[in-house]
Amino acid sequence: MRPFSYLRAADDDRAMRAASEPGAMFVAGGTTVVDLLRIDVLRPALLVDVTGLQHGGIEATPSGGVRIGALARNSDVADHPLIRERYPALAEALESGASPQLRNMATVGGNLLQRTRCPYFRDVGAPCNKRVPGMGCAAVDGYARSHAVLGTSDACIATHPSDMCVALVALDAIIHTRRVTGERTIAMTDLHALPGARPEVEHVLERGELITDVELPASAFAKASCYEKVRDRAEFAFALASAAVGLELTGGTIAQARVALGGVATKPWRAREAEAVLAGKPPAQALFERAAAAALAGAVTRPDNAFKVELAKRTIVRALLRATGAKAVHP
Amino acid sequence: MSEVGKPAPRVDGRLKVTGAAVYAADTPVAHCAYAVIVGSHIARGTATVDDRNAQRAPGVMEVVTSANAPRVATAKSGKGPSDRVLQILQDDRVYYADQPIAVVVADTLEHAQSAAALVTARYAAEPALAQLPQALGAAYVPAAKPPTGPVDSTRGDVDAGLHAAAHRVSETYTTPVQTHNPMEPHATIAVWTGDDRLTVYDSTQYVYGVKGKLAATFGLAPDHVRVIDRFVGGAFGSKGSTWSHVVLAALAARVAGRPVKLVLTRAQMFALVGHRPMTVQTLDLGADRNGVLMAMRHRVVSETSQMDEFVEPSAMATRMLYRCDNVETSHRLVRLDVPTPTFTRAPGEASGEFALESALDELAYACDLDPLELRLRNYAERDGDTNEPWSSKELRTCYQRGADAIGWSTRARAPRATRRGDLLVGLGMATATYPARMMPSNAKVRVTGGRATVQLSTAELGTGTYTILTQIAADALGLALDAVTVELGDTALPEAPVAAGSMTTATAGSAVHAACTRARARLDRGETDVTEQARSEDFAGRKGYSCHAHGAAYAEVEVDEELGRARVTKLVGAYACGKIINPRTSRSQLMGGLVWAIGMTLEETTVRDRRTARNATRDLADYHVAVCADVPDIDVIFVDEVDPHVNVLGSKGLGEIGVCGATAAIANAIYHATGRRVRDLPITVDKLMRPT
Repeated sequence: MRPFSYLRAADDDRAMRAASEPGAMFVAGGTTVVDLLRIDVLRPALLVDVTGLQHGGIEATPSGGVRIGALARNSDVADHPLIRERYPALAEALESGASPQLRNMATVGGNLLQRTRCPYFRDVGAPCNKRVPGMGCAAVDGYARSHAVLGTSDACIATHPSDMCVALVALDAIIHTRRVTGERTIAMTDLHALPGARPEVEHVLERGELITDVELPASAFAKASCYEKVRDRAEFAFALASAAVGLELTGGTIAQARVALGGVATKPWRAREAEAVLAGKPPAQALFERAAAAALAGAVTRPDNAFKVELAKRTIVRALLRATGAKAVHP
Repeated sequence: MSEVGKPAPRVDGRLKVTGAAVYAADTPVAHCAYAVIVGSHIARGTATVDDRNAQRAPGVMEVVTSANAPRVATAKSGKGPSDRVLQILQDDRVYYADQPIAVVVADTLEHAQSAAALVTARYAAEPALAQLPQALGAAYVPAAKPPTGPVDSTRGDVDAGLHAAAHRVSETYTTPVQTHNPMEPHATIAVWTGDDRLTVYDSTQYVYGVKGKLAATFGLAPDHVRVIDRFVGGAFGSKGSTWSHVVLAALAARVAGRPVKLVLTRAQMFALVGHRPMTVQTLDLGADRNGVLMAMRHRVVSETSQMDEFVEPSAMATRMLYRCDNVETSHRLVRLDVPTPTFTRAPGEASGEFALESALDELAYACDLDPLELRLRNYAERDGDTNEPWSSKELRTCYQRGADAIGWSTRARAPRATRRGDLLVGLGMATATYPARMMPSNAKVRVTGGRATVQLSTAELGTGTYTILTQIAADALGLALDAVTVELGDTALPEAPVAAGSMTTATAGSAVHAACTRARARLDRGETDVTEQARSEDFAGRKGYSCHAHGAAYAEVEVDEELGRARVTKLVGAYACGKIINPRTSRSQLMGGLVWAIGMTLEETTVRDRRTARNATRDLADYHVAVCADVPDIDVIFVDEVDPHVNVLGSKGLGEIGVCGATAAIANAIYHATGRRVRDLPITVDKLMRPT
């Protein structure tokens, strides 16, 4: 860890102004930032602590949705009756992430910007374009078992690690932010950037832009939503593959569907191709398998992570079966 | 009255749960500076360090590199199996990634850490060999001899036995690099008094080993070096050797002219303090049509470093565990550009019994026999390697008690025959064994005013050593537990060997028993202030007997084969380890070993980049050990076993045997559940998913 300045921001304006300076960054729960400071991956000049700001709380919105303050703790969101009742995929995703201790510290706003677990990103002794632009990528031809198969580029194949974000992209969440120039909203599906040639750019937020709330709109598919996660042990491990799905079933057919993937993509991955396959058809395992195949059609694999394509498909199928309350048919 | 055999609570439990137990890094030392090791980015070549920016950083006192480090003796290893060749800044050569290339000493830990980040190096990298499977052609016969026997063994005619066999299994099994990862990181505080006296607080299994290495390295009189460690927060073999950081702390303290504290980071613990080497093991088994073994061949290749040898003795158990006239075993090494491996909980037996007991399971299916029945048909009534009788062996009872506990008799023979909801269910079993070794040790006791103080240098690793030595002393002296104080972990106390190899109860316990027995005789004659020192070195009672602990491990697993998920749902271990000194601490030891088996079978692996030989696994988020949710109900069964030969206590030690065999029991259960045989640990999702 290198020396840095620390500011506990008293209000939004001061937080945004301070964080607009080069080398400044926000910190909330610290579960990513402090970790990366300690291994010399993050080297900020200034940390702007936002935990004193007024952006907590979880409440119903007049339009039938829920507003979650950016500073709400992951554990509080997962426990909240409104979330459990209306958005079970989000509660399940949060509870499948990290450990209870970490969930008690991590905030929703921070988790939106969680950094990758790529081991080369986290090792200053290895090249990484995300850590040092233009340095090269050790993962593309290296140990890539945990890496992405969707949304990759020649410059970066790092997986977005968040479970929460996968549920949020499935649930059509809307991110509310403040800038010095005013407030704006960003669709959750537009928040994260694909790595392309510039993997160091991970999201569309401007320097000093402050996430204030996450809004979950009322929806007909959220109640029948769930999150399925496959990992290397029972708890406290990042996803090898995960799926958040939501279904609106009317009259024996799927009126609309939401499918999102985690553990296999460079950003929280909305699988609209899969949703298109599902829409308007009666639920059935064979249909789910076709939808899963559509979701992974664009996968690009390495030897170490080739298994993720089939695993992600099966994870989607499992999640859809669970969302419909159906049992799997074993081959 | 007898305290031995009772489940006494830990005498140091209160100290630990209240935070009052002082571990090495906790020791208050005045005017202490802080040292941070800078590691090499490359695995092979040379490193020219640039420390100019670090020298100028706030609070920095010294940056020690190969350019300015004092020259010290760098004797090749050879004073015992745990004496290592060290990299202590004597030249610019790099043998493995993360090897120390500089040590930054500063007034605070934060200053040392931030300055360490400013140290850079110009590397002349050479191609590095990272992985064993690609280098098997370079296997050679090691010069180092494992502690438990020669590298090769042969009896009978294996080829003839295999030729005559009705059923054969020939398969290759691999076990990965594993890292011990004790909770307490390795830590050293070095304090010089003048130039010729050194006191070190070090997290170690062997204070006298550290003392000897430091004395030799710095050319000090042995009695001018004192090493202290009252409590160790887990070790598992990784603290049995004196590693580079211990010497570097002393080196830095000498250069800085102040006491220096050096604590390894978790990432450094993956490289600087040893690991279980990867093994590639080939088993050839042959049996007649009744499942009686005709031949066994077990060939082991494991990795070692470029500068030192460590042999993972995986085939030792194959020499003695089953009755068979034709047995061949061998151990070979391949040099890679990696750190030197070391003893890791159940060194050899944990990796080897995975291979052996998996192969026997395969043989049972080949013979269409119940796996337990196969083992009973090949029960060894003597040690076939030494041709000696056992000092004791209640393995048949272990098999039976374990089988009863897990419900083995209701198990369907065929794989894939049992479902629970959507999950496949399997039951597997395996034999466990570990040698019951012991070494000479010294111990001292003083009894006065109805209270006794027992002293010796062995280490409390978290296993309960303080407690069981208190029990042994109390019985020998005829005192209550609370009248006995045990002091450990200090070279000012009588010398004991390394606390390792499941030897401490027998080794330290016998010495304490001897000293206390002599003291008791004098007390009984009416003396009131008695001091006795004893050395336990009379092992005549063992002569002519083969001494091993035995056990039987049984596992139930549930497998979701669509998603490749395996969960251990029940684990039973039944053990015959001679006299159980303390069922409470013993149960905890065995349970810990069984939890290790879950991690080893399903989760643990330290991965290196195949191009650079640098660890890609550098923290506990990537190195998966079993968490609570992975651990089911564990049933530990103690089988009564009276052993009049093994040692005066009749006790065999049980620190390692829990992880032995249980790995194969879990893997065999996965086969039984799914019909898929995974011979490459760990059995992760990608290997277990139903193929498309």
